[in-house]
Amino acid sequence: MSSKLRAILLGVALLLPSLVFLVMFTALPVAQTIINSFYRRNLATRNQPVWDGLGNYVRLFAADSDFWQVLTNTLFAIAIVVPISVILAFLFALLLNQRIRGIGWLRSSIFYPTILPMVSAASIWLLMFNVDFGLVNTFIKLVGGKAQNILGTTDWALWAVSFVIIWKLTGFLMVFYLAGLQGMPTDVMEAARLDGAGAWHTMRYITLPLLRGTTIFVITVAVTNAFQTVDHLYVMTQGGPNNASNLLLFNIYETNFRFQDSGLAYAETVVLLVLLIIFTIANTVVADQRSFDAQ
Amino acid sequence: MKIPTLSVKHMSAVLLATVLAACAQPPAPTAAPAKPAEPAKPAEAAKPAAGNVEVELLFPVAVGGPIAKIMDDYMARFNKANPGITAKATFAGGYADVLTKIQTTVQGGGKPAPVAVLLSTDLQSLLDADLLEPLDGYLAKAGDAYVNDFFPAFMLNSKDKNGKVWGVPFQRSTPVMYYNKAHFKEVELDPEKPPKNWAELLDASKKLTKPNGDRWGLQVPSDGFPYWLFQAGPISLGKNVVGAEPNKVFFNTPESLEALDFFVSLSQKDKVHPTGVIPWATTPDAFLAGKASMIYHTTGSLTNILSKATNPADVGVAFIPGKSGFGVPTGGGNLYIFKAAPQEQKDAAWKLMQFLSSPELAAEWSRDTGYIASRKSAYDTEVMKKLVAEKPQYGVARDQLQYAQKELTSHQGAQIQQIYGNAIQAAVEGKKDSKTALADAQTAADKVLSQFK
Amino acid sequence: MRNKLTQSLNLIVLFGLGLLWAVPLLWSIALSFRPPNVPISIGSTWWGGSFSFASILKALDSAPFGTYYRNTIIVVFGILIVQIFTITLAGFVFARLKFPGRDALFLLFLLQLLVPIAILIIPNYATIRSLGLFNNLVAIMLPFWASAFGTFLMRQTFRTVPLDYEDAAKMDGANWWQTLWHVYIPPARPALAAFALVSLSSHWNDFLWPLVVTNSVDTRTLTVGLASFTQMSESGAEWSLIMAGTLLVVWPLLVLFLVFQRQFIASFVQSGLK
Repeated sequence: MSSKLRAILLGVALLLPSLVFLVMFTALPVAQTIINSFYRRNLATRNQPVWDGLGNYVRLFAADSDFWQVLTNTLFAIAIVVPISVILAFLFALLLNQRIRGIGWLRSSIFYPTILPMVSAASIWLLMFNVDFGLVNTFIKLVGGKAQNILGTTDWALWAVSFVIIWKLTGFLMVFYLAGLQGMPTDVMEAARLDGAGAWHTMRYITLPLLRGTTIFVITVAVTNAFQTVDHLYVMTQGGPNNASNLLLFNIYETNFRFQDSGLAYAETVVLLVLLIIFTIANTVVADQRSFDAQ
Repeated sequence: MKIPTLSVKHMSAVLLATVLAACAQPPAPTAAPAKPAEPAKPAEAAKPAAGNVEVELLFPVAVGGPIAKIMDDYMARFNKANPGITAKATFAGGYADVLTKIQTTVQGGGKPAPVAVLLSTDLQSLLDADLLEPLDGYLAKAGDAYVNDFFPAFMLNSKDKNGKVWGVPFQRSTPVMYYNKAHFKEVELDPEKPPKNWAELLDASKKLTKPNGDRWGLQVPSDGFPYWLFQAGPISLGKNVVGAEPNKVFFNTPESLEALDFFVSLSQKDKVHPTGVIPWATTPDAFLAGKASMIYHTTGSLTNILSKATNPADVGVAFIPGKSGFGVPTGGGNLYIFKAAPQEQKDAAWKLMQFLSSPELAAEWSRDTGYIASRKSAYDTEVMKKLVAEKPQYGVARDQLQYAQKELTSHQGAQIQQIYGNAIQAAVEGKKDSKTALADAQTAADKVLSQFK
Repeated sequence: MRNKLTQSLNLIVLFGLGLLWAVPLLWSIALSFRPPNVPISIGSTWWGGSFSFASILKALDSAPFGTYYRNTIIVVFGILIVQIFTITLAGFVFARLKFPGRDALFLLFLLQLLVPIAILIIPNYATIRSLGLFNNLVAIMLPFWASAFGTFLMRQTFRTVPLDYEDAAKMDGANWWQTLWHVYIPPARPALAAFALVSLSSHWNDFLWPLVVTNSVDTRTLTVGLASFTQMSESGAEWSLIMAGTLLVVWPLLVLFLVFQRQFIASFVQSGLK
């Protein structure tokens, strides 16, 4: 046996355990999703797949379809969650990047939501937002406001469920900034200080550029999280009221398992895949552009 | 940052041992539906009289809770009275869990449990998925008296469009109005004369409401399944939103509109009802804490509310007021038999169904849970007589049954219910005017239902 | 003077921030120790009038937490152990083996980073059904047995091992697995430990997937059990009971975290930055 063949065999053999599961649960499912999205399959077809061409997509994107709202909600949630959690994470990291007693506990008190199951976090926030006795409303009343039925109001529900993601995500993102700040080359900072650069100046021209890589990474994490996190909807709002807090992945779950319309659910999954791909391409382009600028 | 070294080797060795040990004993055999169910049984099937028939009842409740214990006790009593049959209740979580359990088993080619408690409104979906065993043969043997003893309102959601019976009512409920008699006295309303119609309801609500949201006159939950409590309105006006045909719903009717307008005005115009979508789960708490003087909720909450109330005598239970008459939908679960189960199990399951729907058991079930006893004769039992005498609140739901109608159901029932619910929520919040909301809902529902000829 | 002022201001801001983030958890703990049959709206916000273990006991009695713990532990460690095996091998290949076609296979791993398993819930559910694994603990673990993220982590770690070491081992006549075991794995232990913590805590938190592929109490995990706990009552929720249930689900990880705070945070950082 030639050594080249041996190398191939060994390499493939060692990759095989991973490849089996990657093919079964990622590669094939993507193909399966695309194919199945062209079939209608629900209780009206007695659960048999019936070729329907673009029928599922036509139903999804009909002018009066609720899917538009689900799409807008998803994009809106991402637009809230990503910037707020990233900025907060950065600010918290700045604040917590000091050497004082008990700082470890403070960091932990920001970080701990990362390790809470989303369902548990959601149960807690369901109560926090309660109109009669939730802490949020107790606070609103304390400062002289009127108690708000936050999760039961179309205008607030999406903000509220997005806030829970922010609360859970910020600590996680923060630790990357903390690591970034602690990894700052001290000589550069020292030189800037000696040059008499103000705090703002240092931040703008030294700290932020040095943290660019961290920021790109953190944004990617935040976006993927915002797309994938829907566990809390199951507990808090079930996507309501009147679809106001429904997000794409939760809607996929509902369509398939509650309404038993799997053809439509496959088509929705395709839409989600396309959105993810668009984001990844955009992110890569922006990241490249930035590193180009930096040179 | 330095990563302190955990000994991976040590950790994995221990854990590997744990996992291997645990995996070596796969979960209980019932948990693998794709396997052809218990192939070891043909010997028993051949001689059903001599052998022991096992009957599994899938029941929608969390394991280990008080209700599960009651159900286990029923099973033991049934087994004692029926030698040759071993009935066992499997607690499967919620209604949706039970439904998927049956569906997935059958789709995987396995034998499902022969009998389960599922929502009465699941009937049409169960028929569409072709899962149900017809009960005609069994019912013919049981005689007309058996079916006729059930409250007719409960049978409406047990029959298909041709009037054929597919399910037996078990844990059934209706909405009722709970009101705080102490609050009534406080504002000089007669605590023994709860509002009977919308005008009186509004009048009482105005008197009972305190400013700044400190106390609401009326609170009607509208999350989860808002259509259910709301359906009382159109029914009281004489036009239910659903009829006998499973591919038609009537959302956009003058009755539906009038009911929705009234409901919306309570919070928007008269300010006697909190705004926004009110959570189902916390409404009893709001009532118990005196933050709402009147609430709509299920009869199923009665036991819970009475047990938590500081003064149970102050808990009034009344019919849901209509514009002039009364009207409510029914709710809750039926017993169904699944046709893919082996014949001898189905026969035994029917015996179990009859046992569970016997007047004595229906009475006990009502006492222990707050559901309405499903049969008229249950109210002649000692258990029920004693209960109603001691706590007259338990009699109200039964008396209201004469005004009860069919709960909203259709092909794609869950989706249709959600469409109607969304319309109600949109109107309650003023996102759409009632007319547009209902017209949109009708269009959306017609679109879904047009797939079913 | 001014310095002192900024300093105390700084402390106040820091403390307030920590408290703000911690309040939901603290409140839920406080609520868990209220008696179960008293509505939460009665009494003050933080103190229900009496301290009681009754809610915790009742929660333990209303759901088979023992089974849920067992299942969750089997699942998270079952995932982790296979992952360690697969990512070590694959990481080694991409770090040190060269052969034609390797980069094409690399694309498959990239695909998993691009398309998280969580969003392929519908086709994966169908796969599990056709494998006959529905409602089996293995079904919960299976899709996660390959981890692109872990593979990348190991690849980066192995790359930091000087090639001289490998050459020396080869000179001694070591074959590939002896090299892997003696040369590459020892320095990669911290990375594996970090990966382990991240994997354990993220799969402890999985919800939608276990919800979808299981349907009986015997196979459900803590998160799924908790969610049905919050939904179970037709007659209105018992909040102290739900909070007690929440506490029962989160305490193992939370205690572990409080004991190993630094390690936890460092692990998450390390596995992200590689």
